[in-house]
Amino acid sequence: MLQELLLGKLTWADIPFENPFAMGAGVFMAIALVAILLLITFMRKWSYIWHEWVSSVDHKKIGIMYLILSMVMLLRGFLDALLMRGQQAISAGHAVGYLNPSHFAQIFSAHGVIMIFFVAMPFMFALINLAVPLQIGARDVAFPYLNSVSFWLTFVGAMLCNISLVVGDFAQTGWLAYPPLSELYYSPDSGVDYYIWSLQIAGAGTLLAGINFVVTIIKMRCKGMTLMKMPIFTWSALCSMILVALAFPVLTVTLGLLALDRYMDMHFFSDFSGGNVMLYVNLIWAWGHPEVYILILPAFGVFSEVVATFSQKRLFGYTSMVWALVVITFLAFIVWLHHFFTMGAGGDVNAFFGIMTMIISIPTGVKVFNWLFTMYKGRIILTTPMLWVTAFFTTFAIGGMTGVMMSVPPIDFQVHNSLFLIAHFHNVIIGGVLFGYFAGIIYWFPKVFGFHLDEKWGKRSFYCWVCGFYLAFMPLYIVGLNGFMRRTDHYDNVLYQPYLIAAAAGACLISIGILFQIIQLIVSIRKRKQFRDHTGDFWNARTLEWTVSSPAPIYNFAFLPTVSTIDQFWYDKERQIGEERIHPQDIHYQPIHMPKNTPLGFIIAIFSGVFGFALIWHMWLLVCIGLIGMIATVIARTFSTDTDYYIDAETVKATEIAHFKEGVHA
Amino acid sequence: MHNILVHDEHGHDSDGADVFGFWLYIMTDCVLFGTLFVAFLSLTYPLMAGPSLKDYIDLSQVLAETFFLLTSNLTFFIAILYLNKNKIFSAQLWLAITFLLGVGFVYLEIHEFVHMAHEGFRWNVSGHISAFFTLVGTHGLHVSFGLLWILTMIIQLPFIKTSQIRTRRMTYLGLFWNFLDIVWIFLFTIVYLTGAI
Repeated sequence: MLQELLLGKLTWADIPFENPFAMGAGVFMAIALVAILLLITFMRKWSYIWHEWVSSVDHKKIGIMYLILSMVMLLRGFLDALLMRGQQAISAGHAVGYLNPSHFAQIFSAHGVIMIFFVAMPFMFALINLAVPLQIGARDVAFPYLNSVSFWLTFVGAMLCNISLVVGDFAQTGWLAYPPLSELYYSPDSGVDYYIWSLQIAGAGTLLAGINFVVTIIKMRCKGMTLMKMPIFTWSALCSMILVALAFPVLTVTLGLLALDRYMDMHFFSDFSGGNVMLYVNLIWAWGHPEVYILILPAFGVFSEVVATFSQKRLFGYTSMVWALVVITFLAFIVWLHHFFTMGAGGDVNAFFGIMTMIISIPTGVKVFNWLFTMYKGRIILTTPMLWVTAFFTTFAIGGMTGVMMSVPPIDFQVHNSLFLIAHFHNVIIGGVLFGYFAGIIYWFPKVFGFHLDEKWGKRSFYCWVCGFYLAFMPLYIVGLNGFMRRTDHYDNVLYQPYLIAAAAGACLISIGILFQIIQLIVSIRKRKQFRDHTGDFWNARTLEWTVSSPAPIYNFAFLPTVSTIDQFWYDKERQIGEERIHPQDIHYQPIHMPKNTPLGFIIAIFSGVFGFALIWHMWLLVCIGLIGMIATVIARTFSTDTDYYIDAETVKATEIAHFKEGVHA
Repeated sequence: MHNILVHDEHGHDSDGADVFGFWLYIMTDCVLFGTLFVAFLSLTYPLMAGPSLKDYIDLSQVLAETFFLLTSNLTFFIAILYLNKNKIFSAQLWLAITFLLGVGFVYLEIHEFVHMAHEGFRWNVSGHISAFFTLVGTHGLHVSFGLLWILTMIIQLPFIKTSQIRTRRMTYLGLFWNFLDIVWIFLFTIVYLTGAI
């Protein structure tokens, strides 16, 4: 009885000792974790980590933590991809490969979940946190404490997903966990529960972050920055965050109903007793389609910034860019059914959704042509961010065209759930989202860390990534058209094999690209003095974030800026306004009001992790502790009055003088 | 730099931003309830599996619930009136009355649920009943959460130093409490009144 109350369903049998992959990964994670903890202890950095990072409510630090989370999870998700490509390259005909079907199913489910929720989403929030407050001339986000809560909830969600590697198993249902397969009677073990609770916790964090950034962008822009003078990246972030606020509640409900089916024996999605499986599929895609636009819109924003900066020209067609973003935001909500034309809703319904889907390519095409026209007659500088953008143009165009092909229901009926589809969405997600985010992080890296990344290794990694991508995914279009279905762990027809070997080789090439990125990072850190950004405007860029020092001071702006045009900074530079800068010694600074750091966000998230883990294993006592802990921490925060402080004018002055001197000597 | 001569006011329009943020939260909650309504409506159709709501609804009890909830909204705003006059104790008193009315609502709802389940209208019988309990239960859960919040507010009011923060927090709570009334009106019409036909 006591054991059941404390440990729930969890027994030693749930630890997969017999599975060498899971155990190997688990041991590796444990060693890495212990090594990091020992290193922190050895370097006496615990206090630093706790006070400066874990408790931080500074959007710049939270952005960096999002970035680290997404990079670590990218490695994990990519390892999953390598395992799958390897398995499919080998297991033709009589060969069975090295993964059994259930393990293969866990890997493709985990790969999808990790790549979308714990790589792409944190990467996006990293860029938004790092750039948006600076771009709109604000000192922080609207709710700094909430920002910390959001990050730590996402972090805990990712960790829950990782724990499933060694305690129990992960869902074997695919990344969207369609019922009835995900119902208790087909998936009785803990996998789907891990899926539900890690996504619920991370999803709550995302929703809060979405609200936070909508308010930040609407309410905290500097003087003179009307909506139509915002940098395009901020516009794209606004559209994306509005989508988050509208779509994520649907995910919460959908997963909640699935959880009720599994925990309370309800019948929302059973295939009997008046349940409706297609209700789930509709609801999950009513969230899921906006989700892909949530990811791609900020990437579009990055492209706009990068193209304008490195073509040294004003962005072509700013107004049409904004309207294209808004139209895509709206259309994102009325195309969800194209993910399951095969449901059989009938010709009229399918025609509507098919046509709506095709219409999305119009605003997207407007954007692509605007970028091209921005480059036209520009003085183009081919830095690595710009290289990623050029690769994006062709890759995304191919992905977009296969997307339009599949928006035609009769064609979709043929290629539905085949590798053709897999190739399509990797084509747009890697070629659009990931390339865009890579461009963005290389672009903003000097602003965030104070030194730029090594260009030589950056270019090497770029070529490996792009060639690897084409080698890995173009063959999948061909086998997909020839009827090779997704999520296949073994096939009899050996004629497919050469294509899948080519795809595996492509994946290997991408891993070399990732290796080069790691080398690039190490090289850049070693040469950080040489690579130092002295002026704060490393790329000769256009928007407000480049007016402050790199890295930006904790208060961002000593004086909140005022703007009167788009790309005010560029405008001033062109006209040599403020060329002879006043020495900070002669400026009268004022104290700056800032939010205080607090560990409560972290504590709330830890309780939510306890809550989620306990729910997965039915440890009801621990469930109560986690829930009460969360609520109590939230209430405790409302009693604290000591939430902000002033940075005194002397500190501001000293910081500004240091930056001024460095700029003069550079 | 063109901007250094501009004198800076500290911080931003914090109150406006905060309340706007809470409105956005309310909007996301609207989407949440909207999705639950969709689930309920799509699992409710003629000839569906299991018993239908009609035979288990006691409209007079639902009317009583409605009175409790709507009256609690009135008493909440009386509390706000007192707060605006800086009469903290009276505000606490009216909040306490609001709390009791809310407790009455939750008690009646639980009573209704237990009664229904006892009669055989259980959540694990069919999709329709699952959706009913989840939709109405989610509202009930929100009300319970609001009760916890009201309780915290009663305790907290004397400790909050500035009237600005007091007003802001009461605005949040007021928005939340009012929102639950609005959701209830939809529940009352779409689930109970339509269900009783």
